[in-house]
Amino acid sequence: MMMSSLVDPLVLAVLVVNFMLLGTSRIGAAIGGSALQGVMLGLLTVAVHGTLDARPVVVAVLAILLKAGLIPAMLRRALRDAAIRREVEPLISYMSSLVLGALATAAALGFASSLPLAKEHAGSLLVAGSIATVLTGFIILTTRRKAITQVVGYLVLENGIFVMGLTLHQAMPMLVELGVLLDLLVAIFVIGIVIHHISREFSSLDVTELDKLRD
Amino acid sequence: MLAIALFALPLLLAALAAVVRDDVRPRLVPLAGVAHLALTGTALYVGDVAAFDGWLELDALGQLVLLVISVLFFACSIYVPSYLRLRRDRPNRLFCVALLVSLGMMTLMAESQHLGLMWVALEASTLACAPLLYFNRHARSLEATWKYIVIGAVGIALALLGSFFLAYSALSAGKDTSLLFGDLVHQAPQLAKPWVHAAFVLLFVGYGTKIGLAPMHSWKPDAYGEAPAVVGALLAGGVTACAFLALVRFVDIAGAAGDGKFAHDLMIRIGLVSMAIGGVFMARQRDVKRMLAYSSVEHMGILVLGVGIGGLALYGAMLHLVANALTKGVMFLSAGNLQRAYGSKSTEILRGAIRRTPVSASLLLAGFFAVTASPPFAMFLSEFTIVRGTIASGHYAIAAIFLFLAFVVFVGMGATTITIVQGKPPDDLPPLKYRDTFATVFPPMLLLVALVALGLYVPAPLDRMLHAAADLLGAR
Repeated sequence: MMMSSLVDPLVLAVLVVNFMLLGTSRIGAAIGGSALQGVMLGLLTVAVHGTLDARPVVVAVLAILLKAGLIPAMLRRALRDAAIRREVEPLISYMSSLVLGALATAAALGFASSLPLAKEHAGSLLVAGSIATVLTGFIILTTRRKAITQVVGYLVLENGIFVMGLTLHQAMPMLVELGVLLDLLVAIFVIGIVIHHISREFSSLDVTELDKLRD
Repeated sequence: MLAIALFALPLLLAALAAVVRDDVRPRLVPLAGVAHLALTGTALYVGDVAAFDGWLELDALGQLVLLVISVLFFACSIYVPSYLRLRRDRPNRLFCVALLVSLGMMTLMAESQHLGLMWVALEASTLACAPLLYFNRHARSLEATWKYIVIGAVGIALALLGSFFLAYSALSAGKDTSLLFGDLVHQAPQLAKPWVHAAFVLLFVGYGTKIGLAPMHSWKPDAYGEAPAVVGALLAGGVTACAFLALVRFVDIAGAAGDGKFAHDLMIRIGLVSMAIGGVFMARQRDVKRMLAYSSVEHMGILVLGVGIGGLALYGAMLHLVANALTKGVMFLSAGNLQRAYGSKSTEILRGAIRRTPVSASLLLAGFFAVTASPPFAMFLSEFTIVRGTIASGHYAIAAIFLFLAFVVFVGMGATTITIVQGKPPDDLPPLKYRDTFATVFPPMLLLVALVALGLYVPAPLDRMLHAAADLLGAR
């Protein structure tokens, strides 16, 4: 039972990282933040299962390898190759991002408490934390100008969904968990290639340049 | 065995395509098309196709979607070698591999009865289409690919969250959670309603983005506009059919859980909005492929509207799914030929095509009549059935709006298409490098013949399949 008492602190840590991501002005720090979240999700996987069986450990190790190792490395490489200014350049101020994030977290807590939770999750932050992280990802995705920061937003969104998936650990076959992780990896890989081409074509990673197609 | 062979064969051929010589590779695509069609025919004939403890199973809906994908891919696959011959300047390895992988993933999607597996297959087919969109390697196709990937990935992520919510609805009701559709429908009355409700909203937005329903359609004109014609046809007829399949499976669960009215009302509203947005943006469209994209938004609207209405309209919607794939094949492939002949897809330049490429221009014109539901084409029958179902269920106002919007589309699209076919060609056209050949006009012609045939007479086996699919959805 030791391990399951770690669930809430870990979810809280994920939420703290959400705010760090909303407030940071450096792209490198944003990538680092998403990697940190990846480590926490790996630990959370084991904590939720409550045992050191093969399955949670395999999923946790793979999640950490992908979310904290491979994907951040790909993003850092894209950032280096693009040789752009390392600032996030949000479309709204950092203060408004943070306020939006706080509102989203409050809404997530309200939403989770208004829905009937399973008895093993009553009083747990898992569901609320998941929804808050999804919303944070959404905010980052829609209010940042650089392609790489949008990808960080997408990763945070995926992290939130991963937390929701943890509540279903008895129901979810490992094959599906691995499939989801694999799809995420391929998605980021494909996005990485697209980013590479964007930086070559436009000499910048500013997605507001991508506005030529319209009616 | 058959269930595995269906999706494994395209994947094997994709692996083979990655290693063979450049001039051999394009021929693997029609090979896959023929083999897949043969396997699909066998699977439909055998009827009982399943594997992996019920994770894969072809029910009536899956059979229908599989048939749609297989026929459309076959027609596109025999077009591919001639297209790639015209585009010798571009490397074709990634294109052929991605095409075959997306066929495999669409097939897996049509077969899967497991919520998670279906999601993985749809996400994989989305990703496999990305290199197809970026085939032309210029700034515009890059922009289209970026929007397609980012919007598609977010949409499909929301669908995953919705799937988790749905699974959680069983957990929170104290039930064993199973992610198999059959079990979920069976358990549905006991699921926790608020979670089912929230799940359906997320799933509708998520898979609706993938289907390209308004207002989640913003990626569609860009993606279809910049993709090679053959890819546009596959996206508009095949990938949308897969995403539609996913959506109706969840509508089925929502209905069984007692949330059917909400789901159906939402589908009717979004269906009408999609028809309206499609119609408005088609009217003054200056890019022929973007026009086809808005036509796709419109027809996806008609599809979900048909499912929302239910009853007789369900049969119409099922037939519409087939007719939509065939018409999109005709229109994209013939529009692609015109684009080759003029070196442009702008309607400022694309004029008087009947003199420059008579066969493709006639096909485009016939395709226009087919896509606007003129008799004797199959869409006349399907839309007619949907309208009849709408009136029969007492939704008179919706039937009136439907007919009005169909008229708007006919006028808007007609004006553009007739200028393309009959207008006065610009004086400074470059010399003609492309000529209609058998290989480039036969595939759309084949689909057009099928559309006429279906409009006149729906063969008994297909009719049974359409009824079975409609019954599956209409049971609740």
